[in-house]
Amino acid sequence: MTGTPTTTAPRPELLAVQGVTKAYPGVVANSDVSFSIAEGEVHALLGENGAGKSTLVKMIYGLVKPDSGQMRFRGQPYQPSEPKAARASGVAMVFQHFSLFEALSVAENVALGMENPPPMRELSGRIKSVSEAYGLPLDPGRMVGDLSAGERQRVEIIRCLLQNPKLLIMDEPTSVLTPQEVDILFTTLRKLASEGTAILYISHKLEEIRALCDEATILRRGKVVATCTPRDRSAREMAELMVGATLTPPARAALPKGDTALEVTGLSVNSPIPFGMSLKDVNFRVARGEVLGIAGVAGNGQDELLLALSGELRTEPGAVKINGKPMGATGPNARRAAGLVAAPEERLGHAAAPDMTLVENALLSGVVRKSLVKNGFIDWAATGRFAAEIVKDFDVRTPGTHVAARALSGGNLQKFVVGRELSQTPSVIVINQPTWGVDAAAAASIRQAILDRAAEGAAVVVISQDLDELLEIADMFAALNTGRLTKPRPVEGLTIDEIGLMMGGAHGMEVAHVGH
Amino acid sequence: MVRLEKRPSPSAFWQWATPVLAVILTMIAGGIMFAILGKNPVEAIRTIFWDPLFNEQFAAYSRPQLLVKAGPLILIAVGLSLGFRAGIWNIGAEGQYIMGAICGAAVGLALYPLETRWVFPLMVAAGIFGGWLWAMIPAILKTRFNTNEILVSLLLVYVAQNILASMSIGLLRNPEGGGFPGSRNMSQIPAMANPELIPGTGLHWGVIMAFVVVIAAYILLQRHILGYHIKLAGQAPRAARFAGVSPNRLVVLCMGLSGALAGMAGLFEVTGPSGQISIDFNVGYGFTAIIVAFLGRLNPIGILLAGLLMALTYIGGELASFMLGLPSAAIQAFQGMLLFFLLAVDLLTNFRIRFGTRKEAL
Repeated sequence: MTGTPTTTAPRPELLAVQGVTKAYPGVVANSDVSFSIAEGEVHALLGENGAGKSTLVKMIYGLVKPDSGQMRFRGQPYQPSEPKAARASGVAMVFQHFSLFEALSVAENVALGMENPPPMRELSGRIKSVSEAYGLPLDPGRMVGDLSAGERQRVEIIRCLLQNPKLLIMDEPTSVLTPQEVDILFTTLRKLASEGTAILYISHKLEEIRALCDEATILRRGKVVATCTPRDRSAREMAELMVGATLTPPARAALPKGDTALEVTGLSVNSPIPFGMSLKDVNFRVARGEVLGIAGVAGNGQDELLLALSGELRTEPGAVKINGKPMGATGPNARRAAGLVAAPEERLGHAAAPDMTLVENALLSGVVRKSLVKNGFIDWAATGRFAAEIVKDFDVRTPGTHVAARALSGGNLQKFVVGRELSQTPSVIVINQPTWGVDAAAAASIRQAILDRAAEGAAVVVISQDLDELLEIADMFAALNTGRLTKPRPVEGLTIDEIGLMMGGAHGMEVAHVGH
Repeated sequence: MVRLEKRPSPSAFWQWATPVLAVILTMIAGGIMFAILGKNPVEAIRTIFWDPLFNEQFAAYSRPQLLVKAGPLILIAVGLSLGFRAGIWNIGAEGQYIMGAICGAAVGLALYPLETRWVFPLMVAAGIFGGWLWAMIPAILKTRFNTNEILVSLLLVYVAQNILASMSIGLLRNPEGGGFPGSRNMSQIPAMANPELIPGTGLHWGVIMAFVVVIAAYILLQRHILGYHIKLAGQAPRAARFAGVSPNRLVVLCMGLSGALAGMAGLFEVTGPSGQISIDFNVGYGFTAIIVAFLGRLNPIGILLAGLLMALTYIGGELASFMLGLPSAAIQAFQGMLLFFLLAVDLLTNFRIRFGTRKEAL
């Protein structure tokens, strides 16, 4: 990998943020934040969830107005009233969640994001030339629904590059990429930087920041707590700056493996989700006390695998065996009775009903194993106790158990949802993205809770896009790629390259051709 | 500038205050409409809301009418509300109401002149069955072929109306009626009659059943796992599937329940206040009940109050058109306004209105 050209002469300043403050009712999102980015600099904005990174970049992109403080862009006062104004000044942003229409082609999607799109033929030509110049090959005529997550991100990036931005903001861009795709992205970003485009890179993945960024501004609770040169710091040092505390990695005892608790044989099922991924001949077994980590880029069958295991999607009876019993054709409650609990990725709307209280949401999946219903009538007192127990044991920050689920922050709701499943003395646990959007301290406690259940003899399947997380807690590792699961391998001794290949390599994408 | 801001959780105050606000807004807008029609708005509103209950001259007649009209509305609306809460849109209660009346009446008339006290309960059972069966058509088409239950149930209303017309001049026509359309008058036949139980109140078996159903539905929604599943399916369908709720089972159940209650209402109507199967014995209760269900916030107690209010606007509307010469279309527009305002101010439950020019996105 080639490094960014290090210049000794100071580069001209592009964006300066001075003493910016933004408060929302009840929370100060940014307090007196100052930092600056030079032309051609790759600048990291580092912080936990809720540290104020998003609010800060939304102000730079004109989505949010600061309460006080100034910004200067290329020496001029800069106060974008809306994203359109920010784009006109030369600021572009790639969001974490893509805003693409799956049923439209690449070129049509790009045109939708432009103020005055040129004729489709001309636009296709420009997309082709820009995508080739930056090593991001993309066919303008392809349907977005058929693209991988990495390719979709290219559409977003090219949409930005067509505006010739001076500053490109990227919000958590690697969360949907395989390691190989990350390499391609970094090559592109380095090329852009070498041409003078500054990049504001938001992430909490420290190794990436060390590999890519020239400077880093670290935010904690809305304040700048440190600036540093990432290459000179260890990931651990930066993590502690970010969290403000010393981190202890989850502890686990080496366990003798027990009997097989979950066995999946020849599981093939069509996806019920539009543009979803069907599962093709998935095989694995998990023993008591064992944690199987399943990696993969989003959209490669993770949701479908969870549905097939939780019982929301029925299959052949023998395809899913819980504690030796064929359960593939049974529904969620029968599987709960057999000892399997599941936590879906989507918290609001799937794992929990947004407008229902925590007590009502505790009933949602706790009804069977906690015996919360007698003769069809709900035991609200017992349900209330169960909800209170989850809130207490999993440190869910909430004014009480009678608030609506959607009033909780994402991390707290995740703790509640995971806690609800883990509190049911399960023998098989299936969790999709256990720590998605959760801050580092809460993520550590969730991982510890999962390991504790494994130590008590539960078989655990963790589906995650966070490789670091899987390598930390899993005994066995497998990857989902276009609906197929690789053969599980012991985590010990796996290299990051092997993992990347298991995840599908670069999904047929080419490595950038960067000419110097 | 006016902005809407989402509340962190639904406001308990506005949940109950919006129906009151909607009634007040309806009175104001309706008053303006009556004024444009050249009537005294205050007098018109008073005639609709006050006179039916308290006017010395009319109250003796119109006060019992309140329960007579509210009974079927409440009975049907409670059934509909269960489906609506689960996101199952039975728009065809009118058809189920008619078919219940026909089936129940047919059983009674077939047994005529048998005089035992089992005839009436048998008719009620047949009425429930008729409504249930008519609702099963859209339910099964939806679960088997994924048809739209709104369209199918609505279109079946027109089928039911044609069956009703055919029955009242054909199979069920009174053989001693001199060739006039319409069945025997069942309210005159003791074994089949659904009489006024306490004279001067309008209270009949249908009204009693309406109260029973309100209480049963309240318990179902508050304490029973089925009520929980109904609410869950409506609010978060994916979460409901995660909780092990079968969407198809719920469709069959909710459609069946609302059909059965509508059929029961039809039977009580045809054996009581209306008395006979005739081409137009139905007066649109099945459709009005949809308004009642929403006016009552899909809550059984709310529906009880909304049913009484709706009945009042019916009786008052008739009185106003009779006393003040208001066109009946104006009364219908007035009732339509009620639903319109209710849906409009419903926004306040989940949003708060902010005045000011601050522009931001969280």
